[in-house]
Amino acid sequence: MSKDIQAIIATDCGSTTTKAILIEKVGNEYRQTFRGEAPTTVEAPFEDVTKGVLNAIQEVEELSGRKILDGDKIITTVNGKVGVDAYISTSSAGGGLQMMVAGAIKTMTAESAQRAALGAGAIVMDILASNDKRLPHQKIERIRQLRPDMILLSGGTDGGTVTHVVELAEYIGAADPKPRLGMSYRLPVLYAGNKDARDKVKDILDAKMALTITDNLRPTLEEENLMPARLEIQNLFLEHVMAQAPGYKKLMEMASVEIMPTPAAVGEIMQTIARLNNINVIGVDIGGATTDVFSVIGETFNRTVSANYGMSYSISNVLADAGLKNVMRWLSFDIDEKEVRDRIKNKMIRPTTIPQSLEELKIEQAISREALRLSFDQHKLLAVGLKGVQQTRTIADVFSQEGTGQSIIKMTELDMIVGSGGVLSHAPRRNQSMSMMIDAFLPEGITTLTVDSIFMMPHLGVLSKISGEIATEVFQKDCLIYLGTCIAPAGQLKKFGQKIMDFKITMGGKTIEENLNFGELKHFHLGIGETAEVELNPAKNFDVGAGKGKTFKGTVKGGVVGLIVDGRGRPIEFPEDDQERKNMIKKWNQAMDLYPVY
Amino acid sequence: MGHSYTPGLRVAKRTVIAKDRILPLKGEVVNKVGDLVQRDSIVAKTDLPGNVSTINVVNLLGIQASEIDHYMLKKVGDSFEKDELIAESKSFIKWFSTQIKAPLRGKIESISSVTGQVLLREPPIPVQVKGYINGKVTEVVPKEGVIVETVCSFIQGIFGIGGETWGTLKFAVNSPGEVLEESKITSEFKDAIIIGGAFADYAAIKKAIQIGVKGIILGGIRDGDLRTILGYDLGVAITGSEDVGITLVLTEGFGQIQMAQRTWNCLKEREGAVASISGATQIRAGVIRPEIIIPYDDADLSRIEKEIHEAKPVAIGNQVRVIRQPYFGRIGTVTDLPSALTQIESETHARVLKVKFEGNNEEVIIPRANIELIEE
Repeated sequence: MSKDIQAIIATDCGSTTTKAILIEKVGNEYRQTFRGEAPTTVEAPFEDVTKGVLNAIQEVEELSGRKILDGDKIITTVNGKVGVDAYISTSSAGGGLQMMVAGAIKTMTAESAQRAALGAGAIVMDILASNDKRLPHQKIERIRQLRPDMILLSGGTDGGTVTHVVELAEYIGAADPKPRLGMSYRLPVLYAGNKDARDKVKDILDAKMALTITDNLRPTLEEENLMPARLEIQNLFLEHVMAQAPGYKKLMEMASVEIMPTPAAVGEIMQTIARLNNINVIGVDIGGATTDVFSVIGETFNRTVSANYGMSYSISNVLADAGLKNVMRWLSFDIDEKEVRDRIKNKMIRPTTIPQSLEELKIEQAISREALRLSFDQHKLLAVGLKGVQQTRTIADVFSQEGTGQSIIKMTELDMIVGSGGVLSHAPRRNQSMSMMIDAFLPEGITTLTVDSIFMMPHLGVLSKISGEIATEVFQKDCLIYLGTCIAPAGQLKKFGQKIMDFKITMGGKTIEENLNFGELKHFHLGIGETAEVELNPAKNFDVGAGKGKTFKGTVKGGVVGLIVDGRGRPIEFPEDDQERKNMIKKWNQAMDLYPVY
Repeated sequence: MGHSYTPGLRVAKRTVIAKDRILPLKGEVVNKVGDLVQRDSIVAKTDLPGNVSTINVVNLLGIQASEIDHYMLKKVGDSFEKDELIAESKSFIKWFSTQIKAPLRGKIESISSVTGQVLLREPPIPVQVKGYINGKVTEVVPKEGVIVETVCSFIQGIFGIGGETWGTLKFAVNSPGEVLEESKITSEFKDAIIIGGAFADYAAIKKAIQIGVKGIILGGIRDGDLRTILGYDLGVAITGSEDVGITLVLTEGFGQIQMAQRTWNCLKEREGAVASISGATQIRAGVIRPEIIIPYDDADLSRIEKEIHEAKPVAIGNQVRVIRQPYFGRIGTVTDLPSALTQIESETHARVLKVKFEGNNEEVIIPRANIELIEE
């Protein structure tokens, strides 16, 4: 069937922007030919996601000369330059995940519930507890006013209090909050409390809400078991919240196949990349409200959605969690801290605006580094091994926000980082995308970096459901851009300027022999499809993949940016003095040719 | 060409607005369809059972639980005042008798002859929903509340904090670009909703709270001041329940930004009228923006047709306002709408428009995403 397909129009409805791409048969091959975009229309006066879809498709029509729309309808029969064979879409227009959590005792189960929600990438809007001193009607009023996307109800150790938990369930039932995403939406409630109260909670909530029951997150007073609740929160978010948006039902009617939540579609593509190349991959899709991180390590695939980090709706939360200092550390110019705060807040309240000046771009890219870093931290915390090993906590670390246990992500075993999402795919220079990903993910040893060319991974993910063949063809020819390779000796020194590695790079018949000093960043041009032989001799406390102080020899791939030899240490060491730090950032920016002016 | 639009905030001199006034628990609806309600009148109410407290009468009197009825002065269902006697041990010599006084006002809920506990129930707690706006009841939601409609001036803010409140609209500044300084906030503004121009700092807002100003409508505040007012860094824009003693409605954003002339003019026309405002903001899919509702109390509701608000695409000759740096807040006229992508200073290729600014006739290129249409 796929060989008969002439044209497909695909959209991705993000929380901020709706992106449309046209895939056409050109001669004997399938190519992505035109793209268009428009602001997502979830706000008044439209409050209908399909308006943004039609606007984006209209832009594709104008650029391509193909007539796709007949009024508000998509023409789904092809006749020359009229119509398409199918319309497919992904959506994450529902935005971030804002939760309320409830538990019997404020400092015990309610706090565990809060930790479960935070670790799952949610924003906790309020914590209800039996002993929070609010009267029942105040609790109910609060639930209604906040319109949470999901409620996590916990309380009681197994065999402990039932009354308090049932009472909280009654409040939630009585509140029956109006959904923010349209009438078809049933509020997901996750119950992770005393197992003895399950039946009663079910009696109260099952008819009104989308109730899911999972393991008690506080089975005993000493033990905290957050992982089942966290994983369930992520599932429920994908199933119930993310794809929803005002007008979602209309969108479903328009689409030829079922609409996929964006992270599910991108996850398909990440797994394809890992499978095709037989490599370990970390992927990221950074959006306006959420940042999704994917990892394929060996046979294990993990996907996390940080619904609290993004570049527009959630931008202030990045600032709140990362801290202003961490955002400012990436800036090489003088700017009043208050001014930066105001600008970030203005982006939050007007999420569809774009950076016009260079200064604005640099600030956005500084925030994106922090959003990526925080989301990756969250991924490392949640990524579980093949058997789904769960982490438990003891009373000793109950009050710490730190995760326990070992993450399965080992940076030295990583082969490729794949970036997608507006700030990475549409960075004016590809060098900027590579720099943002290196700074946020801190690859160690030898790592290839790639980026989604124009942000089409979600579209190809859903396309693979219609035709894997076409999706793979377009993916290889038009989607994945090789940026190059990052060579980063892992280690730390106290003093900048000391030698940490000498290296030989042989490419195009020439050999370059140089030293790398601590704090230095070097850039070598090595084009797409080109390779280089490298010999890396790190200092005794540095590891470039073969072990501390051990020589590594191998082949590295080029790309549109080339080779980056990163001697800034892991984690990156910044000079303490502010002026020295700014000078250092300027040097790094210059080395990577990031901006027209530094 | 694809449509270019921004999520325009409404500024309507005369329109019809409907507000849901719903109880948090089922109760009694006071009004019926067609009733005229006032902003401070109760439209629906219910009683919440009072709190329960216990007294172990048996232990206090040193008696057997089975004998408790003999010692109780109040029976189940009896009311009592605070400090009224509710139980007493009997003794021939009065000095040796023990008395138990009620620690609060309430009723006897139960007396247990097994445990010797007496449960005291405090009086019911009334829960009420007020009208919030002067208007007419157009729908009754049985046992829950009403929908009130009004003819009013209606302005949406871009961001706010604090809940519903109302007061007389008073101007504390003379122009939309003026800063609302601390010294301009005087006791005459007690219980009023005041209009500041472009900006107010923390000191000014603090003084307004001290004086008892109900709300401030103004162009912008600094994020740092917001953090001081709230006591925490606001991560996502979900507000409305802050208990900070005042409601703030920002019409433009963060920083010092002149209030849009149209907003200013609309408010100026209604100076002295009573406005109902809410700072509640939720910026996410299913957005909620802060609101200013100024009812026309003399309007005939039956004769006003609901305004259908449709955003139009931007066109040459339209007045627009820039909503991002480097020209944030400036107003101009669209002179060109090139359809091809254009490279801007950040090296981004974007759809742009040309704008001639008011005043100096300077003409600049701005991404279409960074403007909002000023609709007449």
